Amino acid sequence: MTQLNRRHFLKLSAGAAAASSLTLPHFAHAGTQKVVIIGGGVGGATAARYLKIADPAVEVILVEPKKTYHTCFMSNEVLSGERKMESISFGYDNIAKMGVKVIHSAAKAIDATKKVVTLVDESSVAYDRLIVSPGIDFKWEDLEGYDAEVAKKIPHAWQAGEQTKTLRKQLEEMKDGGTVIIGVTPPNNSFRCPPGPYERTGLIASYLKHHKPKSKVLVLDAKEKFSKQGLFVAGWKDRYGYGTDNSMIDWVPASKEGKIVAVNAADNTVVAGELEDSHKGDVINIIPPQKAGKIAFIAGLTDKTGWCPVNKKTFESTIHKDIYVIGDASIASKMPKSGYSANSQAKVCAVAVISSLKGTEMVVPSYVNTCYSAIDSDYGISVAAVYRYSDADNMIMPVKGAGGLSPADASAADRKREIGYAHSWFNNVTKDIFG
Amino acid sequence: MKIKAYKYALLLTGSLLLNAPTWATDFQTGMLVNTCAGCHGPDGVSTGPASPTIAGMAEESFVESMLAFKSDERPSTIMGRIARGYTDAEINQMAGYFKTLTFQRAVQPFDADKAKRGKNLHKKHCEKCHIEGGRKDEDGSSILAGQWQAYLEASFEDFQSGGRSMPKKMKKRMKKMVKQGGDTAIEDVIHYYTSQQK
Repeated sequence: MTQLNRRHFLKLSAGAAAASSLTLPHFAHAGTQKVVIIGGGVGGATAARYLKIADPAVEVILVEPKKTYHTCFMSNEVLSGERKMESISFGYDNIAKMGVKVIHSAAKAIDATKKVVTLVDESSVAYDRLIVSPGIDFKWEDLEGYDAEVAKKIPHAWQAGEQTKTLRKQLEEMKDGGTVIIGVTPPNNSFRCPPGPYERTGLIASYLKHHKPKSKVLVLDAKEKFSKQGLFVAGWKDRYGYGTDNSMIDWVPASKEGKIVAVNAADNTVVAGELEDSHKGDVINIIPPQKAGKIAFIAGLTDKTGWCPVNKKTFESTIHKDIYVIGDASIASKMPKSGYSANSQAKVCAVAVISSLKGTEMVVPSYVNTCYSAIDSDYGISVAAVYRYSDADNMIMPVKGAGGLSPADASAADRKREIGYAHSWFNNVTKDIFG
Repeated sequence: MKIKAYKYALLLTGSLLLNAPTWATDFQTGMLVNTCAGCHGPDGVSTGPASPTIAGMAEESFVESMLAFKSDERPSTIMGRIARGYTDAEINQMAGYFKTLTFQRAVQPFDADKAKRGKNLHKKHCEKCHIEGGRKDEDGSSILAGQWQAYLEASFEDFQSGGRSMPKKMKKRMKKMVKQGGDTAIEDVIHYYTSQQK
């Protein structure tokens, strides 16, 4: 070997050593290791991709009934007419191209002892590790007069797709001078996208302002306060005359009789407050109380809160070994239930699952979340956090001194820039999720 | 035996080189750098329209930017809030990763006439530091060619307003460029940078 070749060789060997520390352990296992993922939403789809990046040798099976997924985030821009449905529609081709086996079916049972998932067609899929990312389900039982059937007429639009289209159509067909009621019925922030109802409020008002200026948005809320309230209220004042006699938006908290107790689909009214006042809406949107997706209950992964307790360093269920729960269905406090949280959690979980399969120590996790909200087409706000795991109390804690809200006194230019960054986030995060 | 080992090493390294560099050989670094993907894109390549691509940033540029964001010395809507969540050591670790990735120039609309004027302005006033038409990140200059238009616009706005400080030389040169190139000078150079898509 010449001098040059020798140096080259040493360099290459070092590279090979680094690579082999990753790739060699696969040879130690008799068969291929299998990770099954239930749910192809933000959490599940991200996990599938990141598992394949982290270890292409692991077999990854993604079980998702829908062929097209619609993101809930940015669906409010579909409601306001700024965005087309197609732009929030995503398929699974790019994930399949990575070598993930995508099964368009639904899971109906999980046997945590035998480590087998049964699908609705009675076929079964065995797993070494299972990731459950079922998203949300609605607590129809908590709201009188509202269920899946009524929701076809009075949409929730809190799972995007047909529901989003229905609500958009109703807004388009509404007469000028009409009232849009947004019923926010979850009693606390334990629901998908806590700032979402208020973004929706502003963007529907934006649509009405330009197309049906005599109309109003009435928000009936079961809570006393809400996410990013100060920034939302300031934006509503700036754009929609909030707080004046001519306000396009009226927000009514629980203490002012805002808590909806019943929905009456027959005459398009809702009943709210202790005095049971009836409110008639030309368009009604109900955001129902929520719980973890159905399969989480069937598999016994939930606790009394209706969500799934996990070890927040790995997202492994504290109830069933080798099953991991991510996204809205998991209890990942203090991360909010958001699409970006699910994306971030999936990355942590993918590394935890691969580490567990390899029998190596899980590294120190790092999590992030940013929630952008649009108040108008050129007015954006955000809240962000970088998180670290706290071993002592199994909590995901925001780093002190970091994150937080957009400044209250931000310039109009910055508000506009935040819209540009919100759209950039959407484009990039969906690429990160669906490839 | 030695030859065999050499071949094996070549095979493994070769396959690593063929693929885009990933974090898969180092989960601890992966944990950190994967938190950037949501806004800056997988592998640091942003799909736009406003968040910049950070792949291929020189270590110096990355660290300097993050520290300036952290202290709010460099204005931002959100980056300061995020940057403060990471230690200086973590920022160094991230910088070491992103420099290994390949910057991919954005495909975006541009005006050919403006780009032509911008090219001349760039040559005269910017090329000395932003070498190769702004394609190379040297001495913390950052890559300008193929960066997203909205991001370049925001950067120029911040430089112009004084919100973001710049080296004395750059300040002088930019002033001169605007004086000689007229009101459209900045727009023109931006179009020159966005016109570079390969």
